[in-house]
Amino acid sequence: MTEQGTFRVKKGLAEMLKGGVIMDVTTPEQARIAERAGAVAVMALERVPADIRAAGGVARMADPTVVKDIMAAVTIPVMAKVRIGHFVEAQILESLGVDFIDESEVLTPADEMYHINKHAFQVPFVCGARNLGEATRRLAEGAAMIRTKGEPGTGNVVEAVRHLRTMMSELRTVLNAPADELVTIAKEMDAPYEVLLAIRAAGRLPVVNFSAGGIATPADAALMMQLGADGVFVGSGIFKSQDPEKRARAIVRATTHYNDPQVLAEVSCDLGEAMSGIDVRTLPETERMQDRGW
Amino acid sequence: MKIGVLALQGAVREHLLLLDRCGVEAVPVHKLGDLPDLDGLVIPGGESTAIGQLMEECGFLGPLRVLAEHGFPIYGTCAGMIILAERVQGGSVPRLGVMDITVRRNSFGRQRESFEADLNISGLEGKPLRAVFIRAPHVVETGPGTRVLARFGERAVFVQQGNLMATAFHPELTEDARIHALFVQRVRDFVKSRTQAHR
Repeated sequence: MTEQGTFRVKKGLAEMLKGGVIMDVTTPEQARIAERAGAVAVMALERVPADIRAAGGVARMADPTVVKDIMAAVTIPVMAKVRIGHFVEAQILESLGVDFIDESEVLTPADEMYHINKHAFQVPFVCGARNLGEATRRLAEGAAMIRTKGEPGTGNVVEAVRHLRTMMSELRTVLNAPADELVTIAKEMDAPYEVLLAIRAAGRLPVVNFSAGGIATPADAALMMQLGADGVFVGSGIFKSQDPEKRARAIVRATTHYNDPQVLAEVSCDLGEAMSGIDVRTLPETERMQDRGW
Repeated sequence: MKIGVLALQGAVREHLLLLDRCGVEAVPVHKLGDLPDLDGLVIPGGESTAIGQLMEECGFLGPLRVLAEHGFPIYGTCAGMIILAERVQGGSVPRLGVMDITVRRNSFGRQRESFEADLNISGLEGKPLRAVFIRAPHVVETGPGTRVLARFGERAVFVQQGNLMATAFHPELTEDARIHALFVQRVRDFVKSRTQAHR
């Protein structure tokens, strides 16, 4: 029997992205630069997170024309973002044939109670999380891939580090706890018990987990890989820098050779200015994207 | 006997696990210096453009071509099949180009057209293999030295040419290690013939 859209098929695409870099792009030309630099996928957007931050107002799904033009420009998978809970934006992107949907806190949430029921779609979803509880709730809703949130559009890796360290530490708790403590752990983490059982059966998070939100340099990317990420998303970090093509290539190489300081030193040379960046502590609470989603 | 899995990008861990289940030592291959110890190599699924570029930058292409021509066994899945193919349709990719086949990239469509299906494979005992196709390529054309071991409908999805084999699907995304066992057997034969040649 031939089956499409099974969880194995959805999760399988995420497995193929491992060890790679997914880059935010806003034009077909940027998408081609990303592909040439060795990106494993691109995220098609109207604006990168840094510009969404600057523009303010309500941020929504991109115009389908932007997404379609980018899909036509490259052969690598194309992802696109929908607002949290906005399942109609997701239906639209699925009908366009995008390869992955990001239910993303970078856009303004459409529902403050419920995320999308991702089981209802053939196309796989990636969702953000700050900790294991959040990740497991998204998995229960059908996410085929997780990314730690970080703080998008800041060029500051500190929140990405915080979220990945939290996730890895909580994973160790779940994996090492005696079975009789698991229900209480589930309660404390607000994590569906069945998903914790799946984590214990797999000995790891049962889907791929990338790091996102603030990665701006090759060293940042390698840092997240050494901390246990399966790959990285780079949003504003590439096309808000002085020499995007060179920086993109350097971040790809750093993600592959994350354990080789010699290669990291070599690719970090002469990249020009990185994006300027924001001290996350100066961000008012209302402007923190990571707190969107529940 | 030691089999490497090219670990530049893609589903490396899954291949290591299945090779391990076949009872052979399996190691990730990060750099050129890891090659000399190996008796065979798996090129995993991933993004062929990324893997091809990284192979080129890391200097893998020349040395691996020489090895492949001297009987060194290589097995490519999906992106790995594209890397092995001499001719590629649907976008060029830096690659080894050592198998006399023409491969069409993303031949079944985009992710929403990705699927799993039961596949009959010649030479494989037991039940059909559950094959997972992710934005998969297929083999459009094969040269005289290449055998087609499985088709999905009309499309060739498993081919072999001497020491080289390639699947358009991902056995590493299932628990079924039979394809890996076939490759391990090929590596065993290679090790044996090499030892005899040295005597």
